[in-house]
Amino acid sequence: MSQQISENIILQANHLVKSYSQRSGRFGFGSSQVKALDDVSISLKAGSTLAVVGESGSGKSTLARCLLQLHPFDGGEVIFEGQDLAKLQGQALRDVRKYLQMVFQDPFASLNPRMKVGEIVGEGLLIHGMGSATEQKQRMLQMLLRVGLSADDALKYPHQFSGGQRQRIGIARALVLNPKVVVCDEPVSALDVSVQAQILLLLKELQQEMGLSYIFISHDLRVVRHVADEIVVMHKGKIVEQGAVEAIYNAPQQPYTQQLLSAIPGRKAA
Amino acid sequence: MSEILKITNLSITPKNTPSRLLVNNVSLTLSAGKTTCIVGESGSGKSLTALSIMSLLSSQLLASGNIVFQGQDITKLDEKSLQSIRGAKIGMIFQEPMTSLNPVLTVGYQIGESLTAHLGLKGQALKDKITALLTQVGIPAERANSYPDELSGGQRQRVMIAMSIACEPALLIADEPTTALDVTVQAQILQLLDALKTRMNMAMLFITHDFGVVADIADDVIVMFRGEIVETGSKKDVLTKPKHPYTKALLACVPDAEGKKQLKPIDYAWLKDGLIEDKVVA
Repeated sequence: MSQQISENIILQANHLVKSYSQRSGRFGFGSSQVKALDDVSISLKAGSTLAVVGESGSGKSTLARCLLQLHPFDGGEVIFEGQDLAKLQGQALRDVRKYLQMVFQDPFASLNPRMKVGEIVGEGLLIHGMGSATEQKQRMLQMLLRVGLSADDALKYPHQFSGGQRQRIGIARALVLNPKVVVCDEPVSALDVSVQAQILLLLKELQQEMGLSYIFISHDLRVVRHVADEIVVMHKGKIVEQGAVEAIYNAPQQPYTQQLLSAIPGRKAA
Repeated sequence: MSEILKITNLSITPKNTPSRLLVNNVSLTLSAGKTTCIVGESGSGKSLTALSIMSLLSSQLLASGNIVFQGQDITKLDEKSLQSIRGAKIGMIFQEPMTSLNPVLTVGYQIGESLTAHLGLKGQALKDKITALLTQVGIPAERANSYPDELSGGQRQRVMIAMSIACEPALLIADEPTTALDVTVQAQILQLLDALKTRMNMAMLFITHDFGVVADIADDVIVMFRGEIVETGSKKDVLTKPKHPYTKALLACVPDAEGKKQLKPIDYAWLKDGLIEDKVVA
């Protein structure tokens, strides 16, 4: 857990609602509404990690995407440093975006196979026009080294790397712009446990160095226990329970949370 | 305790590069009524070992060694004799329940296929057996007429289990059967497999990368690393008193639900010149 957690709320979502229409009935001629987010409110304290846990279909990834305005939502608001993101458009939204970054689940699908690693990591700097070309290159290389890659790797393509190394590239891409909030959507679920441990430690170090706030989406309650300060438990688009990590693990109040915790493999034998 | 399967000195190499050992000199024994977990990271050779038992390796791979199943060396059998064992005396469950079921056939039909092929069941007898199997794995009998896409992931895996135990096999191989499932569903499936193993006195070979799952289901544990077995032992010994540096390091990477543990990435310093030394095999 990070040390310098303040009481300042850096990112807040109030009463988010998002429905998808889904084909239903025989041959999909009908349609029905699925509530992916049903009155979801969360707040992220600056410098802390808020984990969103739930099973498939609980709406946790939809929440991540709505927070970053990657998906439009039907109702509610997302406040970042006092600004309602949904009201921002065009350049104003782009300006804010550099403070809000995302690390994706699948390190194989989330990197453009035709771009070199240096281009992938440096692209954000280019788009946001941060510094001269030389400064951009320096910053890009510095970031690659920081996540445990080498300067030579900048000239390689994503397919030349293992899953763990690709996730490092994804992290470098997200952090090169000095963001304030990083949404990590299942960042370690595709990785072997030994690589998973490396990436979790890297994320924690970077959080302390750069003062980052994380939204950490995960279905793995063991991982969450290690990274989160606070937890939100989601089920069928609704928040079932939220609170400090210790409280939720030691004394879950809701039956669904209790059920989730008791299903963690290896608990009985340990 | 009766011995069901004994693998001696199994090695697997690609046909075009015989010097590369994907599985290196693996020996193991499985007994009736016991669950043996093979645990390891990707590329450790755990799935290849399982596939070679069923002679299901890709034609690009070459296996050597002996695999004796109920007293018979199955590496020497022809395809026809193998077919009478596969699905009948040895059942198998795979990781992805959607890709292992045929989407255009009802699940009842698919469960029935092996019953007809191996036991010659037909008509009402076949129907009754399908109903009994579905009930046994906790699915309502009328689901026999459903197609795989009408079932949830957990139900599909239950159907796979019904198929694999249909002919009451002596050995059940489960290759990461719960990896694609949510935790609550995973817990149910593990319980079901454990109950079936006990009731039918099967030997179960359970492949997983998750030490939590090992703690729940294993009797014995085999740890594999880069194609080799580095440690074997009872669940209690391997999980609480690991001896090999790789097992220790791997366990130190696994996050615990209590959050007490300091996670430590693996330091491969004990790998001398890339060689694995001091294997701990009980």
